[in-house]
Amino acid sequence: MMCQECGSRPATLHFTKIVNGEKTEFHFCETCAREKGEMIPGTPNGFSIHSLLSGLLDLDPAGKGQLAGAKAPQVPRCEECGMTYTQFSKLGRFGCSSCYKYFSDRLDPLFKRVHGSTAHVGKIPKRSGGKIQTRRQIDELKKELQYRIVQEEFETAAQIRDRIRELEKDLA
Amino acid sequence: MSNLRFTEQALSEWMRGSGQDSDIVISTRVRVARNLQHLPFPLLATNQQSEEVLEKLKDVIGEGAVTEETGSFHTIILEEIGDLDKKVLVEKHLISPSLANESRNGAVILNDDESVSIMINEEDHLRIQCLYPGFQVREAWEKATALDDVFEEKVDYAFDDKRGYLTSCPTNVGTGLRASVMMHLPALVMTQQINRILSAVSQVGLTVRGIYGEGSEAVGNLFQISNQITLGQTEHEIIDNLHSVVLQIIEHEKNARTKLLNDSRLRITDRVMRSYGILSYAEVIEAKEAAQRLSDVRLGVDLGLLEGPASAVMNELNVMTQPGFLQKRFGDGMNPGDRDVCRAKLIRETLAQKAKS
Repeated sequence: MMCQECGSRPATLHFTKIVNGEKTEFHFCETCAREKGEMIPGTPNGFSIHSLLSGLLDLDPAGKGQLAGAKAPQVPRCEECGMTYTQFSKLGRFGCSSCYKYFSDRLDPLFKRVHGSTAHVGKIPKRSGGKIQTRRQIDELKKELQYRIVQEEFETAAQIRDRIRELEKDLA
Repeated sequence: MSNLRFTEQALSEWMRGSGQDSDIVISTRVRVARNLQHLPFPLLATNQQSEEVLEKLKDVIGEGAVTEETGSFHTIILEEIGDLDKKVLVEKHLISPSLANESRNGAVILNDDESVSIMINEEDHLRIQCLYPGFQVREAWEKATALDDVFEEKVDYAFDDKRGYLTSCPTNVGTGLRASVMMHLPALVMTQQINRILSAVSQVGLTVRGIYGEGSEAVGNLFQISNQITLGQTEHEIIDNLHSVVLQIIEHEKNARTKLLNDSRLRITDRVMRSYGILSYAEVIEAKEAAQRLSDVRLGVDLGLLEGPASAVMNELNVMTQPGFLQKRFGDGMNPGDRDVCRAKLIRETLAQKAKS
């Protein structure tokens, strides 16, 4: 098959565009495809950290749901700013802080890949972070409690237990 | 406009100070990324919303605000200054290219000696950046976190129990912290050890970039090394990790320099003197060559082969020879050929002047 644009080179890129349910087929040679600004797989234009990221974000295991007529999978959407997960995975950036909440199911694997971890352990805002600080303190104390029990230091363990109870009362 | 004094001088006042290991580590930079609650990130913010962000943040530390440690602050609204001034601010590392070119209602708040740069409406609502001469990562972090606290007293940050500080890009989430040092590593490049070291660096969660950030080329043997990971480590772990890796690189560079001196003193002296000669007398010089020659001369001075310009002069020349600054000094609308002539002239005059004084 020859390229439908220039008619002189063999068509090497075949793709189907579906816009508002209307299906159009294209057969281009590489030169014409590039001229028309079509995305050629494997030759990204303007390679950036965001496009690199979007590769990591595209983790849809079911394949792209490209089959015509196949029921589109439910894509998470941020109720706050309207960004969909698909848009996020293209841009590599969140639209607002609520995106983190609405996409939360899909974020663990991403953060694991980028940071090797999924949870923050660093600084906490002083004014608004009081409760978080207390919760962290409780977690620390619980670990210490376990340790003391294993060491059979029951008196210290009892003291720690009491402090945990106090802190938990503060939280409630 | 009085603000433009920030683009008159090539060298920020803070760069005149010296820091630990400043023969190898040129400067240290720490920035924290923060966003305000209940407002979309700059990517999606409407004009009105980004204006609101600007107003809120400007009210905390704005024009005329003074703190004991940092001196007084000055606000520059990006839309109110010319393209050339923006370019010079980027060349001086006071703002990012993306704030200069893509932001809406973007602003930067600078203090007198330009060691603090607070960017508003960049990729995130707020980016606090602290710069120090030499190798001072811990000091830079202390200052940045103190300024962060000042903002946090007045505005509500987007913070999540599990994810930490929420940022527009997933690569910054958690601490929002990026700590980086700019290193001059000519001996590691000459002895061809650099690639081995840089690939080792990337295996411990750090990343290496050229001096103008993401995607820029390493020129003049200057490398920027920074943390890649922002989530799942505390700020102190991140700072300590960078600190200890940089210490090791300093050690390697020092060893390589000693080895160069011992094994090929004549060759290295010749190279330094040739470069000094070219910089002192050339009539036309391209940016890339200038950067390489300046690197040679800096090394020569560090090794005691050349009783030459102080490192502050070298730092100044590095910025002075950038295209934006040259245009600012010699007039807009130069073609690259004119710039090469002006660049050579500026270097000649600066070196001659410093030799006299």
